[in-house]
Amino acid sequence: MRMTKFVVTSQNSDVLPSDMAMKIYESGRNINIKETCFGVMIDGEDSEVEETVKEIRALDPNGIFVKDRGFPPGDPRRCRGHRGGGARPGLYSIEYESKILPLISIGLTSEERGEKPVYSIEKKKWLNPDELEKLIEHEFS
Amino acid sequence: MAKVMVYPPTSLILADLVERMDHEALVVSKEVRKKINTPGLESPPLNITPDGPKKGLKYAAVDVPSGVRGRMSLIGPLIEEADAAIVVKDGGYYIGCTGCARTNELTKFLLRRKEIPILEVDYPSDEVEAKRFVHEIRQFLEGLT
Repeated sequence: MRMTKFVVTSQNSDVLPSDMAMKIYESGRNINIKETCFGVMIDGEDSEVEETVKEIRALDPNGIFVKDRGFPPGDPRRCRGHRGGGARPGLYSIEYESKILPLISIGLTSEERGEKPVYSIEKKKWLNPDELEKLIEHEFS
Repeated sequence: MAKVMVYPPTSLILADLVERMDHEALVVSKEVRKKINTPGLESPPLNITPDGPKKGLKYAAVDVPSGVRGRMSLIGPLIEEADAAIVVKDGGYYIGCTGCARTNELTKFLLRRKEIPILEVDYPSDEVEAKRFVHEIRQFLEGLT
């Protein structure tokens, strides 16, 4: 059965989408590749795709993230080239999460080193309107 | 290996973390792939058809908007299959299959009602939170059989 995967690089990773594409071309597998701004899309038989994903992930284990995709690359039902432009429907989620990927990479590296997370630091809270009023009064009085 | 439903069901980060820990991530794209690879009346096959809201009746009443029932026809089977779930409380992006607030509420409700292990987390906004986020997910996934 065929499957499609998104391979996305973190912003702090040294691996470029073109590096990943070259690695896949070198493998000589019968896989379709589409290079994108955030990484690559790979499509092929599931066993070949799984093996390829393992190889690509080894380039930067904590900086490369993978997820499934329903539609194959260039599919006329999703590809903006066929739909007259505009963002692909799933782009917004990848755009949002790609901003968090560098933090996740740090978290994964920390886990690898066996570091324990700090729980004593309180979680950031939104500024209370009363506090904001006090700050403004203090600043401008 | 457990089947772990991730919420939002399109999440790259959660799906990746689950698969890294050798579990199966239940994501909506797998359901979409099944639909678009199955030959039907529509050519090419679509991910949502008029049959979707009918299948969604299993999860929501007939007077619930068809948008909710259509979405549930994709998300519902994932909930049924799930052995555990990781839910991000405020995903920050809700569009497409997660673009309906009522479906999101119903999904979370059905997951809780199923009484499976659920981890609720927030997306991290700094390094300290990121370390906690990854650590909590890892501990949760290691505890699943």
